[in-house]
Parts: sequence; C-alpha cells; structure tokens
Amino acid sequence: MSQELQGLADRIVAQARAGEQVEAYVSRDHETDIRVYEGEVEHFVSAQSEGIGIRIIRDGRTGFAYAGTLDPAAIEDVLAEARDNVTFGTADEWAGLAHPDGVDVVPQELWSERLAAYGTEDKIALTKELERLTVATDSRVRIDDANYADVMVESAVATTTGIRRSGRENGCYVSVSTMADDGDETQTGFGFSVGRSPDEFDLAKAAREAADRATRLLGATKPTSRRTTVVFDPYVTAMLLGVVSSTLNGEAVAKGRSLFKDRIGDQVASPLFTLVDDPTNPLAYTATDIDGEGLAARRNELVTDGVLQGFVHNSYSARRVGAVSTGNAVRAGFKGSPGVGCLALQLRPGTRDQAALVADIDDGVLITAVQGLHSGVNPISGDFSVGASGLHISNGTPGAPLREFTIASTLQRMLLDVAEVGGDIDWLPMRAAGVSLVIRDITVSGA
Amino acid sequence: MLLGRLRGVIDSDVLERVLGVAVRTGADFAEVYAEDKRSTSVGLDDGRVEQVTSGRDRGAGIRVVKGDTTGFAHTADLSEAGLRAAAEAAAAAASQGDGATRTIALTRGPARTVSPVAQYPDDVRKADKVALLQQMDDTARSAGGAIVQVSAGYGDSRKHILVANTDGVFVSDEQVRTLVRISVVADGDTGMQTGYQSAGHTIGFELFDQISVDELARDAARQALTKLTARPAPSGALPVVIKRGSGGVLFHEACGHGLEADLVAKGGSVYKGKKGELVASPLVTLVDDGTMPGEWGAIGYDDEGHASQYNVLIQDGVLTDYMWDYLRARKEGRLQSGNGRRQSYQHLPMVRMTNTYVLNGTEDPDEIVRATDHGVYVAKLGGGSVNTASGDFVFGMTEAYLIENGRITEPLREGNLIGNGPEVLRDIDLLGNDFAMGNPGTCGKDGQGVPVGDGQPTLRVKSLTIGGTAA
Repeated sequence: MSQELQGLADRIVAQARAGEQVEAYVSRDHETDIRVYEGEVEHFVSAQSEGIGIRIIRDGRTGFAYAGTLDPAAIEDVLAEARDNVTFGTADEWAGLAHPDGVDVVPQELWSERLAAYGTEDKIALTKELERLTVATDSRVRIDDANYADVMVESAVATTTGIRRSGRENGCYVSVSTMADDGDETQTGFGFSVGRSPDEFDLAKAAREAADRATRLLGATKPTSRRTTVVFDPYVTAMLLGVVSSTLNGEAVAKGRSLFKDRIGDQVASPLFTLVDDPTNPLAYTATDIDGEGLAARRNELVTDGVLQGFVHNSYSARRVGAVSTGNAVRAGFKGSPGVGCLALQLRPGTRDQAALVADIDDGVLITAVQGLHSGVNPISGDFSVGASGLHISNGTPGAPLREFTIASTLQRMLLDVAEVGGDIDWLPMRAAGVSLVIRDITVSGA
Repeated sequence: MLLGRLRGVIDSDVLERVLGVAVRTGADFAEVYAEDKRSTSVGLDDGRVEQVTSGRDRGAGIRVVKGDTTGFAHTADLSEAGLRAAAEAAAAAASQGDGATRTIALTRGPARTVSPVAQYPDDVRKADKVALLQQMDDTARSAGGAIVQVSAGYGDSRKHILVANTDGVFVSDEQVRTLVRISVVADGDTGMQTGYQSAGHTIGFELFDQISVDELARDAARQALTKLTARPAPSGALPVVIKRGSGGVLFHEACGHGLEADLVAKGGSVYKGKKGELVASPLVTLVDDGTMPGEWGAIGYDDEGHASQYNVLIQDGVLTDYMWDYLRARKEGRLQSGNGRRQSYQHLPMVRMTNTYVLNGTEDPDEIVRATDHGVYVAKLGGGSVNTASGDFVFGMTEAYLIENGRITEPLREGNLIGNGPEVLRDIDLLGNDFAMGNPGTCGKDGQGVPVGDGQPTLRVKSLTIGGTAA
C-alpha cells in the first residue's frame, strides 16, 4: 500500500519544472473510534481519509496547496494551485527543501500486525470491560464515557532534492472519564492505557487511576494564597515540558521569539535538569524513525546539568542560523508544510519515587492536574499561571484535597527552581515523558 | 446559486436511495452530511510572506442510529457508489440485525441567508489578500522601535453543506468566513511581551470595508508595548471588571458548556436539574444566537439541517433552557434548538454553542470602574477552559490593569483567573450598558473545533481569584 502512495508522490515530483523544488506528501489513514456508555455502544466510528499536500519553491518563494482526496483531477488542481501560490510569496534566501544528510535511520517497530488483525467485537468487549472495571472500583464513581480508538496511517514523501521515504504506523488506546459524587459535589477523573496493540493495555490500572483521580478530590477546598514548594505529578511535568519545548524551537529562536535566544552555554536551569529529545528511544510514545521532512530522527541533548546546549531545527530554521537540521521537522498531516518541534522529550530521571520526594516537604502542594496551559502561559514572555488541583502536603504526607487555585511563576524561574527530579519515569501518550518534579517558590493563589 | 456544487454532485433521488441503504438493517434514523469547502490562507512572519496555501476538503459523513447506538462512516467519494459504501459501513457499525425496507421522501427546505455576502473571497485576487498582511506588518512595526517581531495571518473559506435525513429533512447552507489576525512581540529591559488582535466575520472580503487592519495592527503593538512596563499580577481574590466585548469567554466557560444538553443528560453539568431556578445574578440574561448576522458563530442551518435560532438560556438570572442537538432532543421528545454542530464531514455532530452573549445592563461603564476601590480591570481575555462537572473554570487575561481608588492605573503581566461557574454568575454585581461582541473564537469539545462568537457589556465580578505572583 505504501508503495502505491510512494509512486503517487514520485509522479508529482517528476512534474517539477526547471528551477522548481517540489515536495509531495501523501497519506491515508484509517481510524476506529468506539464509545461505550452504561454497557452499550454509544457510537462506533469507522473512518478512512486520505489526501495530498504539495509544496513548491522557486526563486526563494514558497507556495502550498492540499486536497483531502487522491482523486487524479483534484491532484492536478493541487499542483496548479501550489504553483500559482508561489508567485505571492516573498523571496527568502533560506527557503528550500531538506537534502539527504547521510544520517542513518534508527529503525523502529511502528506497525503491529496484531492490532491490524484485531477484531471489532474484541475492541468493543474490552471497552465494556474497562467501563465495568472502573465502576466496580468505588461506589461513588460514575462513568462519563469509556473509549477505544485506533489509527493506522501510511504515508509517503518525495522531493526533487532526493528525499524518498514511505512507511506505516498504527497504535491504539483506551480511556475512561469518570465522575465521583458526594452530595452536591461532583469531581472528575480520567484513566487511559496505550499500546501498539490492545495486548499491551493495562485496563485495571486505567480503571483505578480514573476512579482515584475523581474520588481523591471530593471535599476539596481552596488553599490559602502563599509561596510554597510544589511537586508535579508525572502527567503535569509532561505538560510543562510541552511548554518548555516551544522555547527550544529553532524557528522561534531564528525569528527572535524564544526567551532562550542567545543563551547557549548559559546556566538556564537547575543543575539537576538534563533534557533530551530522543525519538529513537523505542519506549517513547512518539518514537519515530523519520521526521516530517523525511530525514532520520535523532537524539538531541538540549539542556545538560542545567546548561543550554542547543535548539531543535528543521532544514529551514537550521539554514537561517547556520546550523544543520536536527531531524525535528514536524508535520501535522497533508494540510500544511513541516514546522519545527521537539519529538520525544525526556528529563533525565533522578533516583527517588514520589513518596520519597513528598516525605522531605513540610508544607507544600502535590499538583495532580492543571488547567489553562493555553490561556495563562506565555512562552515568549515566560509568564506562567495555570489553574490547578491537588493535595496538600503536610509534614511529608499528601493529605487534604485542594482545588480552584492557580500556581504561578515564570518559566525562567521555574527551571532554575527545580529542587529534585523523581525516578518514576512514565512513558505517557504525549510528546514528553512524565516524571515527578519538585519546584520551589511557586505562588499559590486561592482564598 | 444555492449549493451549486453539491447539488450538482448529489441529487435528491440518490440521497433517498443512500438513506434507504443506511436504514435497511432496521435503524431508527439515518443522515447524510456532505461538505465542499475551499479555503485560502496566507501567513506572514518575520517580514516575509512565507506561504500562500490553498485547500480543498470535500466529502460526506453518514450517521445511522439504532436504539442508543450511533454508527458513523465518512468518505471523500461523493459518487452514489461511494455514498452507498459509507452508508453500509455506518449501518453495520450501528447494528447487526436486519429490518424492513423504508422509503425515504425528502422535501427541500427553504434557503436561509443569515449573513449576506457581498464579495466572495474566491473572487478576490490573492495579491490583495497578501497586501493586507504587508500593510499590517508595516503598521505594527512603525508603532515603536521596541517592536521586534510581527506575524500576521489571513484566512478565508467558502463551505457548502448539505444535510438529508430519514425524517425528510433536506437542506443546504453556504458558510463564508473571512478572518485576519496579528501577533506582535516587543522587547524591553524585562524581556519580551506580546500583543494580539484579530477580526473575523461570516462575510466575504467586504470585511475590510468594515474594519481597519491598521487599527488591529496598532492595537496589537500597543498591547505589547504597554506590557513592557507591566508589573506582576496580584495573587488572590479581588473584584474584577471586564471590558465590554472581551469577556464573553467567561460566560462560554462559566456556564455555556454546562448548558449543553448532552453533558447535562449524563449528569456532567453543575446546571443539571436547575431549570427554572435562579443560577445567576438577576442582572444576567444570556443568549445563544446562531442568527446574529455576520458574527463568527452565525449559521443558516446547523450541521444536522435545523435552522439556526435565537435561544434565551438565562433570563434575569433564571435558567430557562439548555442547548439541544437533534438526537438529544428527539430522545427527550422536544424540539432541537439549532445547536447541532460538527467540525467537518469527518466528525459526528454534538451540542455546540454559536454566538453566546449577555444582554445589556444599565450601568455607565466608567461608573463601574469608579465604584471599584481596589481590583483588576481586564481589557482583553485569552482562552479558557472548564470542568463542567465541578464548574471550575479558568480564563487567561492578556491585557489587564490594576484598579486603585476607582481609577485604572498600572498594566499587569499575563495570568489565568480561576473561578467556579455558579459562584461567579451569582457574583456579577454591576452590568454596563455598552454591549459589544468580541473576537472570533474556536471552541474545542471532544477533539472538535467549531467557530463561535461571544459578547458582553462591561461588567464586574465581586470576587475572582487572580493567578499572579504579587502579594
């Protein structure tokens, strides 16, 4: 199947005219989405989509067009539109496609035959089982919905600069959303499990976490406003790293939008903070063999013992700053050109588990969830303020639940204020792995 | 003109046959939603027009409902064979049984034009679209030497939709959207600050006869420059005055989502069972209005084929009704409210807001500030999010000032505000007479984004928790 797509991409590239760089990206995916509620299938979605995106660069000007179909007539239109769009771009001496750079691909197991052959009835059965297990955990727990989803993607890219790659990938997850009631009060939780195939699911763990997240917040109160030490749950740390990653984006640096521009070699974080982007680590949920431009994905150390080492680049941002691509082109399907981004971030873990980290804290807050990362965090200024819920840490023990408060600092301060990194690394379904993290001097705003 | 493209592609007798296939296995309800969308976007950054993008999305989603189960499949193939295959897949997904043959008779509904379009964006030269962004870039950069970076974007789309279902609904709608936005970075002694402005309406290129892109650019630059001298926002609970047209997101999050009937039905809303009760300050009358001409959430028909409506949700503080999609309303034996929406033909419809706004009160907005001893004045809000079950919600302030002794004084750095929906609604103690709609927004729910509008007059909330760092 991938060969069919590669052939299609090759045929587009073969139509390049003199002086044109042409890139064709073709993909097809199939998704299954099952939702169960109260023991019945609430919806079952079976969907296939496909499309093509064509990028043309001529005299430093870029044009792009896409269509959500592989119909031959539509593809001809896409090529013509992309060509027309070139005329309206501004000439940019750094514009251009990636060139093969000789870096070897680290092969990854991205396709599971087991998942491809997994029966529909079995997918429904395990979603119902997850719902049943979750309800059975605690009498205060209700289900919002239990879900199963899988996706299979095949794609191919070809360029006039000699890039030619195709591949396929599949994966699946289950998730459950819960509500826990106590009188008038309702709190919510969620649990999930991911895998290359359903055989890797841990339904019991997903059910337990979904129930715990909701029930442990019952009776929560607003904390008093103060400066204190917080411990981030691994899931919250992964979200924080997602924000940090935008400051390490080579394009943001080249365009003067990163607060870490001109800081290479500086101590920007606590000496305990070592941050690596490593999509070649097969444990990472977002492990991959190639990046969005078809170059080999690779390991990049970004911060070592708190000292900034470098940024991530695609071929364009690298050219602008006189560097080489770090294999960090990211592409969100066929509807756009590749941008720049971290692929699989990981903080170097410490040695102690969360209980040990908490045990050293006299007064603090264990942050179990944050809200509003898109509205109260500005990665350009560094201002950081998010809604949060969690547990009060008193004399080394997590106790009374807390909600409806914010935690605030700046990204710059938070990285320097890291007091310890936990040893409890968790390979979450995100672009960053989770690990418990202790940060000092955070402002809690509540009552 | 109405639905020229799709009408030519899918005839009503084809739709009738496809719906017949969809319910052949004994389903209660089936629906075809077809879409043909062309879009253009332009991105300018760092002084360069980086890319003009042309997009084409075309396809159909087929939904089959049997009992409590919905089956859904979609296809980019709009031929009768392609639609039949999707109908069979959706039917199989919904059920395994077999049933009787049903004959479907479609009656075309009337055309509805909520937002008349004067100049279709596909009739406008790309060079004119590009020129707008270059003008904004120039204007923003000329606002001061501290402006170090500008990015601007233009987007337009023209979407035709067609909805036909086994209840005989058969309508089409044309939805045109045009939007422009700008982000500015200023650099000063204490680091970088940002400013943002946007304008978008459900009209064509005549948008730029109605708004000034120079004003948008100057305002974005002004925000960034102002914040260079901003001090950290306070930490803790204070009175908050929200400028007209900037705080609709507060209602979107504090109660809008909680009034969506699908969430209410599952017991996932703090507003469940509260119909007829006082849920907000008596000053508050909240409306969801898909018929407001030109506004970002305006539609002729919703994505289930029902005419958009003006729905009063809260009248003088009393909860009057929830918002409904077709399936949820059908189940409860009542009328839908024109709130069934979806991101694209690849998505199932859900209960969604359109344009959600609070009607005018009586106060002079200046008096509201003067009546506030010590508090925060929010001139521009960013996004927000809500947990509808607990009611806790956050929203970001991207331009805010301290209020001291009834006067707006120093600018504040960005932060989130947090509150509990039902409490905040009751805590609205002053409502202005200066209603305005806000910026175009995209509302996310269950992984789908749809365009929405919001608006409100200047108002005061007695107490909200400000997530800053200053004591």
